[in-house]
This record gives sequence, structure tokens and C-alpha cells, in this order.
Amino acid sequence: MREGRPASFYWLAAFFGAFLLFLYGPMIAIVALSFQGPSGGLTFPMNGVSLHWFEKLWSGGGIVDIKSAFVRSLKLGLVVMGLTVVLSTLAGLAFRKTFRGQAMLFYVAVASLIVPSIITSLGIALQFRLLDDAIKAYAPAFIADDWTTGMGLYTSALGAHLTWTLPFGLLIMFAIFNRFDHRFEEAARDLGATPWQTFRHVVLPIILPSLVGVGLFGFTLSWDEIARSSQAVGEKNTLPLELQALTTTVTTPEIYALGTVTTGVSFLVIGAALGAILLLRARQARHGSDAGKGMV
Amino acid sequence: MAKKDRPFALPAWAQAAPFGLVFALFFLIPLAFVVMVSFWDYNDYAIVPGFTFRSYVETFEGCYDQLPGLCTILKTYLSTVKFCFLVWLITLLIGFTIAYFLAFHVRSVTTQMTLAVVCTIPFWTSNVIRMISWIPLLGRNGLVNQGLVKLGVVREPVEWLLYSDFAVVLAFVHLFTFFMVIPIFNSMARIDKRLLEAAYDAGASGWQTLWNVVVPLAKPGIVIGSIFVITIVMGDFVTVGVMGGQQIASAGKIIETRLNALQFPPAAANAVILLAITLLIITALNRFVDIRKEL
Repeated sequence: MREGRPASFYWLAAFFGAFLLFLYGPMIAIVALSFQGPSGGLTFPMNGVSLHWFEKLWSGGGIVDIKSAFVRSLKLGLVVMGLTVVLSTLAGLAFRKTFRGQAMLFYVAVASLIVPSIITSLGIALQFRLLDDAIKAYAPAFIADDWTTGMGLYTSALGAHLTWTLPFGLLIMFAIFNRFDHRFEEAARDLGATPWQTFRHVVLPIILPSLVGVGLFGFTLSWDEIARSSQAVGEKNTLPLELQALTTTVTTPEIYALGTVTTGVSFLVIGAALGAILLLRARQARHGSDAGKGMV
Repeated sequence: MAKKDRPFALPAWAQAAPFGLVFALFFLIPLAFVVMVSFWDYNDYAIVPGFTFRSYVETFEGCYDQLPGLCTILKTYLSTVKFCFLVWLITLLIGFTIAYFLAFHVRSVTTQMTLAVVCTIPFWTSNVIRMISWIPLLGRNGLVNQGLVKLGVVREPVEWLLYSDFAVVLAFVHLFTFFMVIPIFNSMARIDKRLLEAAYDAGASGWQTLWNVVVPLAKPGIVIGSIFVITIVMGDFVTVGVMGGQQIASAGKIIETRLNALQFPPAAANAVILLAITLLIITALNRFVDIRKEL
């Protein structure tokens, strides 16, 4: 190829830099402003630097019940993450073989990604509403009498989140297995490994770093989800929903403090996941393969 | 580990079953309910099973009488489609440029991946936070206005920066350019670099190479990104709500408003209309590319 950098490189690099500034700049602004002094407002300049708004957030003085929403979202995110990893892996394995309805299942998963979230959310809300009505009307008295609703964090909201995270999980699994070398499994089989042993000792260690990526998608997509939860969450809101409601009512930097905390959790999770991926890769390089040691 | 006597592998359908079950329970059946309830009747207290076009008729009420003027629903859809088109165009231009830079100008694969992850990280953080993070910049006393006033460009702070059409488009671009960058980058990363050299050797100019070699080969990524961006903007109510100061209508927001009033059948009818229009757009786009081949 031609030597040296063409002029277009520098233009594009500048454009890329500007894009990153556009992506991260506003976020940096609110993180800075969340350390606003007690008399500071929603915009620059900073009136001193303090942890005032974090304290206020933590003591629950200004914003109602934010702590329990935080815990709810965290728990739900972890459950969604676990289910996304397990179900996507299983489905990913299934899609390497053939089964009836395979193409159909793929299209349904993709459709779930691109059907507007509010529609899915509405559907789930209707489903549970009709279910509640049916239970109240037809179930035996000992169930029907105490029944309020089946809607909740771990029923309707969990389902709603999974319809959003699982398609991503499946797409990542496709990407993983498209690059997967079948010969490893064949070798294991030839050596007499059972299907489970082949999976546990050969396939799983190879795909593990990518599964961490699936988990990352599972947790973060659930942690920040709004549109799908909006109608399907039941009585108790998740953190992003509370946050959305607060955008119209709160006029102090407290909302920035909350934003900083939420973003902090996201970054912790992203950092942990990326770190785990790098560690696992390094481990693979040490133990798993003799690639790059002269064998072709 | 317990050694089994007979190798037993779970059949593929059983492995896929839990995955499929989630979509059956929380996607397909709910969608069927949406379609069903859109034909139900309703009163102030409850929804009434039946078969009526009432919700659809009410949705389009007055549309015929007001011709050639536009009724509310058509105006709303027009505004949503306008947002869609603007956001699509801007995210496509930015996304293509960024992906092009990553794929063809960054030489080491590690740097490529690192920069791609850097572009992805904001996608893993909260959308609402990313929306409100514009307040200190675009608000009446925000940095942009402070700057403009100081520079003497304007005498009074500009009002239309926040809670406006402009803010909505800006936020969409800010939030969803990711959906363009990654698929287009993915397509471009597979382009054989020798093709570009061949084009260069054959005397093509930079623009000719771009238009006749890179763009056609990146088309799958462009189409996938477009589908994502268009469907998200079509169904959005959160971004339009927050960045529009709850004053701007959108197709998704109609549904939300109806739901807040507990009018399920009209909400469902609007959902069906939105779904039909979205599917129409996707089918049109899908003619250009087979998604499944591109993963």
C-alpha cells in the first residue's frame, strides 16, 4: 500500500476526535456538575466543590425511595444477565445444528429487536391484565380472593427485559460460532469425550471470554432499560424509570449526582467485564493453545 | 464428573426451547393480544371484549373532513417520519465516516478494536442520563448560550437549543449513532484491502473508490444500521418526551398518552398502525440485503 498517511487521515482523525468529544463531553459535564457546591445550580459555573448532592441523594432527603429502586434494578439486572448468558448459549449451540422452526425462531428474535419497545411493553401489560381478570373470575376462591396482579419485577418486567437482551445474546453467539473451529470438538469426540465433556472442557473455555461480553450486554441493557419496562414493570419502578420521572420535577444537581452514580455502576460493570475478558484471553494464551509457537 | 455410560446429547430443539419460550410468552402472545384488543370496545372503567373498529375510527377521526389540512394523527406521523429521516441521514453520514476511519485508516487491529469499544461504551450507559447531560450545555444558561452571548453572536440566550426539535434530533444522534457505526464497521472490516489497491492501480480517484467499491460492499452494514435507527426513532417516546420537554408529539407518545389514560384499545390500535408502518419500512429495506448472511 501507499506509504505514509494521506491528508484524509488527519481530517478523519480530527472528525473521530470530535465525535468522541460529542459522545463523552456532555457526560463529563454532568459528572463535574454533580460535585457542585450546595448553592450551585443546574448549569456552569461551579459554585464550589462538594459532595453535598451525593449526601443528599444518599440520605434520601430530596428524592423518594431512590435507594430501593437502585437495589431493585441491580437485582433485576443480575437475574437478566444470568438468564441471558445461559439461554443465549443454549440457543447458540442449538443454532449450530438444525431443528424445526430454526429460521422462524431467528426471525422472531430479530423482530423482537426491531418492533418498537412500547408495543412489546403494551402487549405484556395487556397480557397480564387479561390474565389477572381471568384469575379473578375463574380461579378457585383461595387463589382468586387474594389475587391482585401477576405483574411484577420478576414476571412481566423480567420477560420484557429478556425480549431485549436475548436477541443481542443470540447475535453475539452467531458471531462467536461463525469463528469457532469445529476441529477442536471433533478431536475431543475422537478422544472419547461425551457431549457434556466436550462442552465443559473444550467449547466452554474457548467461548468464555465472549460469554462475558454477552453478560455485559445482558446486565447493562437491563440496567438502563426504560421503554419496555414502562408499561410492564408493575407497581414498583426500576431506577431508570424513576430517573425519567425525575427529569421533569427535580431542578437541583441532585439528579446529576444520581446520574453520576448510575453511570459509575455502568462503568464499573463495563470495566469488570472488559478486565475479565482480557484476563481470560491471557489465560487462554498461556494454557489453551500452542498457536503462534511454530505449528501451522 | 460422573461418567455417563451412553453419550447423550441434548437435541437441538430442546436447547433452543427455553429461548423460544421466552419469545412466545413475552413477545408473540403479547403482540397477538395487542392486535386482538385493538378491536375491543372500552368505556371509562374497563375494556370490553368484542369486535369493533371504534378505536381505529376514533384514531383517524376528522382526517377526511379536514382535507386538504392534516388531522392530528397524520401530523404526528409526519413529524415522526421527519425525525426519522433527519436522524437516519445524520447518523448514516457520521456512522459511515467513523467506521471508514476505523476500518481503513487505523492500521493495527488492536487499536481498531479499542477505538470501537470506546465508541460502544456510552451505549452501555443510561440513555436518560445521556439526555439530561445536555442540560448544562444547551440550557438557557448553558455553556453554549454563555459562549454565544460572550462572543456577541446573540444578545439574548437562544431558547431553541433545549426542549425543541433540534434537541430531539441532537439527542437521537448522540444516543444512536452507535447502531450505525458498529454494523458498518463490521461490513467494512471484511472488505479485502486489495480491492482498494486494485481500484487505485486502475486509476480510480479517492471518491470513485469510495463510491464504487466501499459503499456497495458496506451496504449490508448500512442497511442493518438503518433498520435499527429507523425503528428506534419510529417507536420512541422517551427521547422525544425528555428532550422535547413533553411538548412534542410522536407516534410512540400517542400510545403512551392513551395508556396513561388507561384507554387500552385505542393504545393497541395505535400500536398496530405503528407496527404496520415500521414493518413496511423494514420490508422495503430488507429487499436490499439478507440480514442473516451478514453476521
